[in-house]
Amino acid sequence: MLAYLIRRLFAAVVMLVVIILVVFGIFFLVPKWAGVDIATSFVGKQADPASVEAVRQKLGLGDPVFVQAWEFFKGIFAGRTYSGGGDVTQCSAPCFGYSFRSEQAVWPVLTERFPVTLALALGAAVLWLIFGLAAGVLSALKRGTLWDRGAMVVALAGVSLPIYFTGLLSLAIFSHSLGWINAEFVPLDESFSGWFGGMILPWITLAFLYAAMYARITRATMMEILGEDYIRTARAKGLREQVVIRKHAMRSTLTPLLTMLGMDLGALMGGAILTETTFSLPGLGQKVLDAIQNQDLPFILGVVLITSLAVLIANLVVDVLYAVIDPRVRLA
Amino acid sequence: MTAPLHEPTAEAAPSAAEEAAVAGAEAKAVQGRSLGRIAWERLKRDKLALTGGIVVLVLIVVAILAPLITNIVGQDPDAYHEDLIDPLFGTPTGSLGGISGDHWFGVEPVNGRDIFARIVHGARISLLVGFLSAIVAVIIGTVLGVLAGFFGGWVDALISRVMDGLLAFPQLLFIIALVSVMPNQMLGLSGTGVRLFVMILVIGFFGWPYIGRVVRGQTLSMREREYVEAARSLGAGRFYILFKELLPNLVAPIIVYTTMMIPTNILTEAALSFLGVGVKPPTSSWGQMLSSAIDYYQSDPMYMVIPGVAIFITVLAFNLFGDGVRDALDPKGSR
Repeated sequence: MLAYLIRRLFAAVVMLVVIILVVFGIFFLVPKWAGVDIATSFVGKQADPASVEAVRQKLGLGDPVFVQAWEFFKGIFAGRTYSGGGDVTQCSAPCFGYSFRSEQAVWPVLTERFPVTLALALGAAVLWLIFGLAAGVLSALKRGTLWDRGAMVVALAGVSLPIYFTGLLSLAIFSHSLGWINAEFVPLDESFSGWFGGMILPWITLAFLYAAMYARITRATMMEILGEDYIRTARAKGLREQVVIRKHAMRSTLTPLLTMLGMDLGALMGGAILTETTFSLPGLGQKVLDAIQNQDLPFILGVVLITSLAVLIANLVVDVLYAVIDPRVRLA
Repeated sequence: MTAPLHEPTAEAAPSAAEEAAVAGAEAKAVQGRSLGRIAWERLKRDKLALTGGIVVLVLIVVAILAPLITNIVGQDPDAYHEDLIDPLFGTPTGSLGGISGDHWFGVEPVNGRDIFARIVHGARISLLVGFLSAIVAVIIGTVLGVLAGFFGGWVDALISRVMDGLLAFPQLLFIIALVSVMPNQMLGLSGTGVRLFVMILVIGFFGWPYIGRVVRGQTLSMREREYVEAARSLGAGRFYILFKELLPNLVAPIIVYTTMMIPTNILTEAALSFLGVGVKPPTSSWGQMLSSAIDYYQSDPMYMVIPGVAIFITVLAFNLFGDGVRDALDPKGSR
């Protein structure tokens, strides 16, 4: 068990290093090959040569990529001082970079926006797990019935609808035409009911997409497992159908879903970009989109790293849970 | 060693054909059916999948003939019709977003461009990116998946790790980042050309592990089958086994995963355009139309509904067709 966990942890750390290198590659090597001077994108397109040169020196953009990646990595733990062109900029301990475009450190902005994204992802996850799993299991058990076909048609429609379209539709219907919900985002510390009201539509919209996906996969997995020998054995030894389903079939159905949940939650942590854009939620996703549109590379870098970290942590948690649920994993 | 192996097959071919001809003449009752034929017969019975397939065909035709269609209808996707716009609110004057005999789907707010023409032209972008990126994914995924499954050992370990890694990546973020750092001119292409090229490559690149995993698994299990062993004991070389014994058996899963991948890619393209990193105006794409429709969802809801429904119908049709193809080709299928 311990050896398994150490191995997974080691794999996660390797993966993180790879991700950092890839991110650096994307932002530093690709522009170089393409003949674009990245220093200009840190300053702005109309920058004069002198300030571009100052930024290049300040950020160490002339150094080899590995040196830059190392400096960045070191900054996360030890903080970082940018100096060059006469002025000095401090970026304290968890330094995820400093945006010279917006004149602010990346980390505080990330921590400010993260709670919004977290609340969106977790709230939606609760909804999609309840409805997705219930619909999938019921469909598998009542295969071929009207319920099954109805649920699967809805699920198929769900996975075929782009989230920004369902989002806009729900805004137009529930907020604008019917006036049931005031869809403005309100920070949680201002008013709970206002915050809750503003999050309802984003939660439902996001959860609808994932519930549809999970329902389809739950149904397929469940049906496959119900055909397995050990289910027949369980039935043959006289177990009640309820026990067969609950104790034998459900457990095996849940394991692959757990992997999915880990990945999906991790990916959403980096900002449910589409949902946040549609509903104007001030989360990480909207920040990264702004950063991309302004070519504000330090922010993009910061969010990509945070997301990758979230995906890794989520996968690690799933691995640990796996070991707890499934004895075969522990011994492997 | 492989040379003598070719001869018997070359001789066997005509004799098999003769046999078939003789058998066909003698008794029509029992006929051997190929997998493709069985699949097609199953597919024909699946009404939903057929409907999906027909819609897909229509969409392909529309995309190919887009300029012709808009010419016949007499609408230019880039022509402004400011006379149809309410100067005070910037929204179309007619009801339902300005839908009329001339403008079947209405006109855009502010500049009054014909939405029907823009939807028809937008279909080209969606389908082009959807198909080509799927092809990119299939090529990379099949080659690497077969290599991993066939050679095993460190090749397999390396490729499998890369696939796991890519699947755990925050994909949309990386796709956005990659697409946004790409220059506006490269390889002799410019503007929309570069955007399309980059999107196809990047979406395809992040899609290959899905196919790669399946192909690897299939190859791994088939490598030890009796017919491969038989070929090997007859002295067949690695490449003969690879191309003549393994690849033909991989065609079915590859087709299934390709058809299921196209709608996902179409959604990704629309999402990128929606976020403003896809194709740039004035080239029209559905995602981009939806993104500009955000500002008008209260005053001109039709502007949002039409591109949204276009994406929905397209993706739904591909999904229905894909599900049908999977059911038809799946040997475990109960029908």
